Amino acid sequence: MTYTGWFVEQFGQGPGWFLANLTLILAIAFPVMVGVALAVYADRKIWAAMQMRRGPNVVGPFGLLQTFADAAKLFLKETIIPTGASTGVFLLAPMISFTLALVVWAVMPFDAGLVLADLNVGLLYVFAVSSMGVYGIIMSGWASNSKYAFLGGLRSAAQMVSYEVSMGFILVSVMMYAQSLNLSDIVMSQKGNVLGILNGNIFNPLLFPMGIMFFITALAETNRPPFDLPEAEAELVAGYQVEYSSMSFALFFLGEYANILFMCALIPTLFLGGWLPPLDWAPLYLIPGFVWFLVKMAFMFFVFAWVKATVPRYRYDQLMRLGWKVFLPLSLFWVILVSGWLIFTGHFVAAPGAL
Amino acid sequence: MAAFAFYLFAGLLLTSGLMVITTRNPVHSVLWLILAFFNAAGLFILLGAEFLAMLLVIVYVGAVAVLFLFVVMMLDIDFKALQRGALKNLPLGLAVSGVILAEILLVAMGWQPGQGVIVHEALAGPPEGMTNTQWIGSQLYTRYFFVFSMSGLLLLASMIGAIVLTHRRRIGNRRQDIGAQVARTPAGTLGVGKAGLGQGVEL
Repeated sequence: MTYTGWFVEQFGQGPGWFLANLTLILAIAFPVMVGVALAVYADRKIWAAMQMRRGPNVVGPFGLLQTFADAAKLFLKETIIPTGASTGVFLLAPMISFTLALVVWAVMPFDAGLVLADLNVGLLYVFAVSSMGVYGIIMSGWASNSKYAFLGGLRSAAQMVSYEVSMGFILVSVMMYAQSLNLSDIVMSQKGNVLGILNGNIFNPLLFPMGIMFFITALAETNRPPFDLPEAEAELVAGYQVEYSSMSFALFFLGEYANILFMCALIPTLFLGGWLPPLDWAPLYLIPGFVWFLVKMAFMFFVFAWVKATVPRYRYDQLMRLGWKVFLPLSLFWVILVSGWLIFTGHFVAAPGAL
Repeated sequence: MAAFAFYLFAGLLLTSGLMVITTRNPVHSVLWLILAFFNAAGLFILLGAEFLAMLLVIVYVGAVAVLFLFVVMMLDIDFKALQRGALKNLPLGLAVSGVILAEILLVAMGWQPGQGVIVHEALAGPPEGMTNTQWIGSQLYTRYFFVFSMSGLLLLASMIGAIVLTHRRRIGNRRQDIGAQVARTPAGTLGVGKAGLGQGVEL
């Protein structure tokens, strides 16, 4: 019997379904939040190691509880709403940021069949939710009634819209190989897809450049350095977050890290073979898929932190140039190249609806 | 459940549509408009058209409305000045809207189904073993190819128009040449000069 089936039997059709999904949602959201707390800690430790510092090491063993202490401090502070702010929008913005960062996890397959909503259009769902993420920032920037926040909001709107375009084209080329928008199908299409032994689109020479570009685009989408211009503390104080305090700031912060973790999970799903081991070799499948998934996610998170610790911030015009004049033409050309290659090799012959 | 969801989405859609035209602050209007788009996407999902719903969110909420918001936030509108002239133009506005309403009513009353020109017969739902998305793709690029490419051409034409109308070469500002900047080497820019006592360096 399925998990939902048991609940339906116990509590009836409507309430059972509702309760089953509620527990499943909590079973994803709670670990994500704990993951975010540990990710912040890991982030700080990695930068510290790269800068030959110690990093957080006081609260709890090895400083592991540092993030929880910071969160408790933020909880206890007063939420200050500026007099000139547009109160409704001002309070709504962090909620939108945080909710969207959690909602997107619904379609992420953690293992074979271990997914909350196995949508046919999972990839489009991810794209749609991540494209809505800009609202939290732009609304907070406008509602704060402060020029630093406003500049940060404008920057982020321009940045995220620009990079979404090339991100879409990269997703198209991955989707054409998998012939599906379902994230589980995309992972399964990578099973032994290169030379019959390697699992992962990244090993495919045609998709390797797309993987690198997707990584850079993911940095820009999540406002991570070197593309953290919306909050550029050296020029804009803290950009769109400047007027936020206490829990409203904490919601932005948690949402930002939940988004980063999601990108760290999405890149393995699309390019590194998701829950599959890197080699299509039977003994490797003894390790549960969930473990492979977490290992790949942790690796991607390390790379994110590595980039932040080593690369200086882009200048704004260079950021725009990279998005529109380099990534957009390149990814568009690559979609044509990949589709041409796939038609040439007869990839779509068996597809439903093929001529 | 589905009926509840329908009335929820439809109610929110109509309410937010109403709020778009009644709120005084244009930024709030755009935010209500976004909520309206979002609820329309919800209605698409109830119809089983999940692909269209996602496209609506990606294109309208994710791109078009962001640009709306971008423009509206930059505007400096004086509402008092706008409202001052409103009463003067009210009779004209009422007359125009009355004419349009009468026309719509005439057309709606006089129209009888089945007398138009049939462009294509209506299609049944997606065939067995095909998802919604695959079905739309396989129809759009074969059966409706000309309509599809025509609309693509229209968009291209409007895009070129927008670029031509807004593009201007500013006189007097110095443009960056990224290639030249990247190609600079220490040999071309750095030099070591020897400054004699009390003389300085000739550059």
